[in-house]
Amino acid sequence: MTLLAVERIKLFSTRSPYWCTALALVLGVGLTAIIAGTTEKGQMSIGLTQFGSSQLALAVVLVMSALAVTTEYRFNTIRATFLAVPSRTSALVAKTVVVAFIAAALGEIIAFGSWGLAKVMSPTSDLAINTGAEWRHVAGVGLLYGIGAVLAIAVGILVRQTAGAVAILLVWTMLLEGLIGIIPKVGIKIQAWLPFQNANHFLALGGGNTAEQPGAGIDFKLSQWGSLAYFAGIAVALLVVALVVAKRRDA
Amino acid sequence: MPVTERGTLMIEAIGLTKRYGRTVAVDDLSFTVQPGRVTGFLGPNGAGKSTTMRMILGLDRPTAGRVLIDGKPYTELHRPLRTVGALLDAKWVHPNRSARSHLKWLAVSNGLPARRVDEVLEAVGLTQVAGKKAGGFSLGMSQRLGIAAALLGDPKVLLFDEPVNGLDPEGILWIRTFMQNLAAEGRTVLVSSHLLSEMALTASELVVIGKGKLISQSSTAEFIDRSTGNSVLVRSPQLFKLGPLLVDKGFTVRDGADGALSVSGATSDQIGDIAAANGVVLHELSPQRGSLEEAFMQLTGDAVEYHAEIGK
Repeated sequence: MTLLAVERIKLFSTRSPYWCTALALVLGVGLTAIIAGTTEKGQMSIGLTQFGSSQLALAVVLVMSALAVTTEYRFNTIRATFLAVPSRTSALVAKTVVVAFIAAALGEIIAFGSWGLAKVMSPTSDLAINTGAEWRHVAGVGLLYGIGAVLAIAVGILVRQTAGAVAILLVWTMLLEGLIGIIPKVGIKIQAWLPFQNANHFLALGGGNTAEQPGAGIDFKLSQWGSLAYFAGIAVALLVVALVVAKRRDA
Repeated sequence: MPVTERGTLMIEAIGLTKRYGRTVAVDDLSFTVQPGRVTGFLGPNGAGKSTTMRMILGLDRPTAGRVLIDGKPYTELHRPLRTVGALLDAKWVHPNRSARSHLKWLAVSNGLPARRVDEVLEAVGLTQVAGKKAGGFSLGMSQRLGIAAALLGDPKVLLFDEPVNGLDPEGILWIRTFMQNLAAEGRTVLVSSHLLSEMALTASELVVIGKGKLISQSSTAEFIDRSTGNSVLVRSPQLFKLGPLLVDKGFTVRDGADGALSVSGATSDQIGDIAAANGVVLHELSPQRGSLEEAFMQLTGDAVEYHAEIGK
């Protein structure tokens, strides 16, 4: 508990988490606002409300999470941390828990904020959350952010510098996983096992409107919750590798 | 708990070695640091002082050997800030974090009461700027903040790496006095420097290293006596007579400045006696003490990592 308090103080005594949070909110909810404003009257759907949260704002949250560790390396406060808490694993796990929790809470705020705004802007559309799939599609965004934060922190610990970590995360999520689908025949088979594709699969609404969802056309071998567990498994595995590396190398 | 017993709460390095690939940064280094005095950790730039300090604090992993604080490796200390305070680099602070926030998270991490933050801020004179961002601090202020962080847990062991580097004379004097006061309270204080003149004023004990190897560990006075190669300057109108007499006694005699002789290995008393016994008139008989810098150069001359090529 002590270490969680330490990481919370550290995180909220600098400005970057506030800026990233604000940016994620503006981008996530803002994109939904633009979509709601340009969609024909009564045609807004729950699927359309979450493009901002599950795609655009997610990238900002990944960057925020990576920054939480890379700035520690940049300003050498990681050394001050390891002097105060020589158990590096405990210190880094505490940081991961705090950041992942904040990311998850932010995910819920952005997801429901986007949905609420769409409802206000397009009152005649059917935006009632009735089915389990619809609940998962909106409320699941927070889980995605929390797990994404773990993965981003792992990358941050391994790479130790902001530019490298941010480049890896953005290219990976926004380009690499999508581009692999272009490879003939095997592309979509590989995609079925890529972490962020599985994250999208978890959120997928299914039914008639699959084509407009990210990750459409991929033949996933896992159930939707299975995909989420798979995404979480990869994030945790990467974190374990990062923790082992951090423990072994000179600070 | 005041430290009264000698030998407790000391730092002990045993065969400490650090290799980076083929480069040996620290080579089989063994030394001890005792409580109640300031111990200087002296060596030219690149001698391995900072690497050694990082190994003492568990930041770097030794290739071989170990270093114990109060009988334990740093990483096994419970709430280490209560035992050891360290200032390795004054810039290890997030520039956007206030001085108080920086100290606050450190205090919380080691279960220290919040009032300690205000106490150490007061002790280093930063109370007025406690809410200001550390990134805007001058080097002297950053150094004070670093010292405040080191003092937070009221530790019995303190380590400072080049604490006076780049400070103005006022700041240097402040730090020097501060460290001596800490030692006078019975604490173990290890302070590194590449400036022998500074160490001569601050430290009573010296651990001298060059190229990662231990050159000597002794009191500062002993180190200076042993290494400055004392000589005596002799002026006399009858040097032609005195010179061979001194050589016969086994002393080393060299021509000094202005036709004087420089005699090593003899005290001025001995030379005066010889001169009187042989009826030699003396115009000057003065012991010469080499400078601290000369002694240092002499000892570490072979152990300097990079020699400057002067005149090229």
